[in-house]
Amino acid sequence: MTGAELLGLFGHFLLLSLLAVGGAITTAPDMHRYMVTEQHWLTDAQFTSSIAIAQAAPGPNLLFVAVLGWNTAGPIGAFATTAGILLPSTVLSLWATRWGSQRRETRFVRSFTNGLTPLTLGLLLATGWILAEPYVRVAQYRWGALGLIAITVLVMVRTKASPMWLVALGALAGVLGLV
Amino acid sequence: MTMVPTESAGESAPLAAPASLRELFFAFNRLSLQGFGGVLPVAQRELVERRRWLDKHQFVEMLAVSQVLPGPNVVNLALMFGDRCFGLRGAMTALAGMMLAPLVVVLVLTALYGQYSQHPLVSGALRGMGAVAAGLVISTALKLLATVRRNPMGRWPALAFAALTFVLVALLRWPLVWVVLGLGSLAMAVAWFRIGRAEPPR
Repeated sequence: MTGAELLGLFGHFLLLSLLAVGGAITTAPDMHRYMVTEQHWLTDAQFTSSIAIAQAAPGPNLLFVAVLGWNTAGPIGAFATTAGILLPSTVLSLWATRWGSQRRETRFVRSFTNGLTPLTLGLLLATGWILAEPYVRVAQYRWGALGLIAITVLVMVRTKASPMWLVALGALAGVLGLV
Repeated sequence: MTMVPTESAGESAPLAAPASLRELFFAFNRLSLQGFGGVLPVAQRELVERRRWLDKHQFVEMLAVSQVLPGPNVVNLALMFGDRCFGLRGAMTALAGMMLAPLVVVLVLTALYGQYSQHPLVSGALRGMGAVAAGLVISTALKLLATVRRNPMGRWPALAFAALTFVLVALLRWPLVWVVLGLGSLAMAVAWFRIGRAEPPR
């Protein structure tokens, strides 16, 4: 990969950072368009598995961006995509938070946050739904997946156990062919 | 920070705060490394239930703001929380705590994955973990639903906006930007109106 291409990659992720309202994953379709369809840096399968790996690993889902960069151009690629996706949104977030917290008792800021909290709850449920749907749609995995989801919700709401144990349980169930 | 009366047992302990940048770093490091399939459920458990650095209402409020700002939600959440505690240094510390160790782990996994991706045990384990990840997000949402009780727009309008958002995003797959701009503006207008009615201008 040439220096100019690397700069292009960095620039594209700078731009996506500002469009990533609702999480980095919402810009994945556009990353696919740019890296797979347009530039041919990655194959379709490489793109999909990059996201799957990041989902399976601990840490923010945004790390799939680092994996995409790594698969495109090695360590320097991972640095370009990760720094690109983080820089603009970080600056903007810090600025907006400070602006807002100085005015948090004003009617405008209170309407803003209280108006948006219900949307946040709806979006969380929607994310849960979208993550669950691929398993629940396939008859072979349906009941196992629904069982695991039900156990997870029950344990999380009723106990103080760490989510890590549930993830381990899920992996075990998968290895044993229950899901 | 003020102490807020909470409803259920076990959540009534007074709020605390991180004592040092070091504590902040390791708190975010720890919650991030536990976050398989998403950090948000762990962040809620650690920051709200275990460490009591935020109460439920503060958490959902921060989350709402971090969702409308561009950029990854949990990263914004870490930045906001760190900034609130220690200013810019805190923001950078929380961000580094959340990103560094998982970044190393995921890149090591990337290197290994190429060799084992076709193995049925690996794909089975990924499937099981995926289902649990879905359950974790759903339970976080269910726990935070209690916060609508204190929303100035009223419990039922707030629940209606949450339900409508779910339908538009999960079922009809509307682009998020339109949901946030359209439904979000409407929700803010309702909140604006209800706050104004509850508290005559001072």
